[in-house]
Amino acid sequence: MTDSPVPTPPIGATSGAPAEFPPASPAGRGMFGIAGSGDTSGFGGLVRRRPAAVDTPRPYGEWFDEVVDALEEAYPGFDDAIERVVVDRGELTLHIRPERIAEVCQILRDDEALRFEFCSSVSGVDYLGEPDGRRLHAVYHLVSLTYRRRIRLEAAVTAEKPHVPSVTSVYPTADWQEREAYDMFGIIFDGHPNLTRILMPDDWEGFPQRKDYPLGGVPVEYKGAEIPPPDQRRSYQ
Amino acid sequence: MTSYAEARETTEGRVFTVTGGDWDTVVSGHDPLSEERIVVNLGPQHPSTHGVLRLILELEGETVTEVRTVVGYLHTGIEKNLEYRNWTQGTTFVTRMDYLAPMFNEAGYCLAVEKLLGISDEVPKRANTIRVLMMELNRISSHLVWLATTGLELGALSMMLYGFREREFILDIFELTSGLRMNHAYIRPGGVSQDLPDEAVKRIREFLGFMPKRLKEYENLLSGQPIWQQRTKGVAVLDVTGCLALGVTGPVLRSAGLPWDLRKTMPYCGYETYEFDVPTRTEGDVYARYQVRLDEMRESLKIVEQALDRLEPGPVMVANRKIAWPAQLAIGTDGLGNSLEHIAKIMGQSMEALIHHFKLVTEGFRVPPGQVYVAIEAPRGELGVHAVSDGGTRPYRVHYRDPSFVNLQAIPALAEGGLLADVIAGGASLDPVMGGCDR
Repeated sequence: MTDSPVPTPPIGATSGAPAEFPPASPAGRGMFGIAGSGDTSGFGGLVRRRPAAVDTPRPYGEWFDEVVDALEEAYPGFDDAIERVVVDRGELTLHIRPERIAEVCQILRDDEALRFEFCSSVSGVDYLGEPDGRRLHAVYHLVSLTYRRRIRLEAAVTAEKPHVPSVTSVYPTADWQEREAYDMFGIIFDGHPNLTRILMPDDWEGFPQRKDYPLGGVPVEYKGAEIPPPDQRRSYQ
Repeated sequence: MTSYAEARETTEGRVFTVTGGDWDTVVSGHDPLSEERIVVNLGPQHPSTHGVLRLILELEGETVTEVRTVVGYLHTGIEKNLEYRNWTQGTTFVTRMDYLAPMFNEAGYCLAVEKLLGISDEVPKRANTIRVLMMELNRISSHLVWLATTGLELGALSMMLYGFREREFILDIFELTSGLRMNHAYIRPGGVSQDLPDEAVKRIREFLGFMPKRLKEYENLLSGQPIWQQRTKGVAVLDVTGCLALGVTGPVLRSAGLPWDLRKTMPYCGYETYEFDVPTRTEGDVYARYQVRLDEMRESLKIVEQALDRLEPGPVMVANRKIAWPAQLAIGTDGLGNSLEHIAKIMGQSMEALIHHFKLVTEGFRVPPGQVYVAIEAPRGELGVHAVSDGGTRPYRVHYRDPSFVNLQAIPALAEGGLLADVIAGGASLDPVMGGCDR
């Protein structure tokens, strides 16, 4: 049984339309995307736990130690700026304090032992429900053409104060990609030359790729019923 | 003080003559020579902009002083859509992004999912060979469309017809293999959806037979042609520094002289075992990009030939039953669908097979939490897939670093200071596909 009974009758219960239930909690409770039904299977009460973010202990393996050492040597504010170092699936991720991201990129690009000359990609991820509230992550993928290496930088900010310094002064290619991350997630890149929407229309409201962005259902011509939004449909998840 | 409306008395009363005379004062205050500035809107609906791309140009005479690019007209929210479908269904979505290079979209996505699952090494050899085969054929078809459309835009109309004719042959091979000309959803997490039919091998051999001759024909048609040369040589030059700063990859970067090709520098799908060259030029102009693309088609033919030679019978999907798609697909008259044999088995003989099929198809497989970034060499440059899983049966977030999107940033650098006509040549030489750019 779930522990949250429906407070009000579902929409559509009076019109003869298929019953619709409130959305599943963002924490990932339940298996079928619904809550409050007379679930006797127990699967509706399953809680998906988000894996705790952990530091990878040294040695990291491969060339990862070399890069982290070189950065530590070249960048005096290393201890302050680097929150975590994670090595997973053969990829190195540095979690950076948001205020420091442009500085770190500058060092990564210019230092001879690092030489990450090329910024492949900037994207956003919304980890809704992060315990410390820093749910919006700006993710940067850098390439070193000299050493043929790739690393990932991540800067996490809250939705209330989503400010990250722009890296366009270091990597001009980040221009459009930061605009996309702003457009989709509302991450504000301070110092960006022209931070406007890029894919959505200029007058769009809200940030569509955020996990709490309302999706909207599809009205159907049957007694005022509506196909529920995809995140509220009864389906495996 | 001048009066704006002169009045005179007539038999029918006072009549005013309105002249709007302030126009002269406005005009006389400007020097027509120094301020001959026109702002022109180009697109989004225009045959020369490779889809719905909009350019706002500021002109002085025929010289372009400023260019602003507006994209997003083809945004369809594919990345968001992926988050509400299971991992396998993702292929059907991503294939529609860059519609000229569907195999690359699928391959990038599947490599990312496989890396997340930790099964990259378990993908059967035959599946990898087929992937390489399909990607290289797709690279040729994509470059052919580039050659065809660019020919069209620069006035070489015959090239357009020839390019599309040969591309159609490749699309026929794709149709024979996957059931669809475009948007195949052929490459799946764990392998490919369907084995390569013998008939397709025959057709590919046939293609390998005539294509080198056709490439020679294109070269004869265009390379020495004075109009083609004048429209492309020394036009829209971008050097290596400019390319790297602006994130430009692929043939454009190689035309400037840097042999950066992910198939060589960071190989995947076993590309390190194939023998091919990375064509480069040093001029960095439209003509060099044209030459690089022609040469790349020749190199792709070499890879296709090697891949055909090393095709050995074997499975085309991982052995892991928890991940491999259970349905054996077959091509019917209406395209790819469930094979009757498989339906007969799950419906008539094995309850367990039915349950297994149902679970995998409706629920899908779970992917351990984490994130990966996989980059492959698409016809337009680095196609990067950043995939994040939260441990569920659906992608938590998938981001495509599409080369069209990033490369388009270079348009102002290519076009400003040049002639209006060269904006078209320069833009075309980037080979943008708006489906990929806007996603």
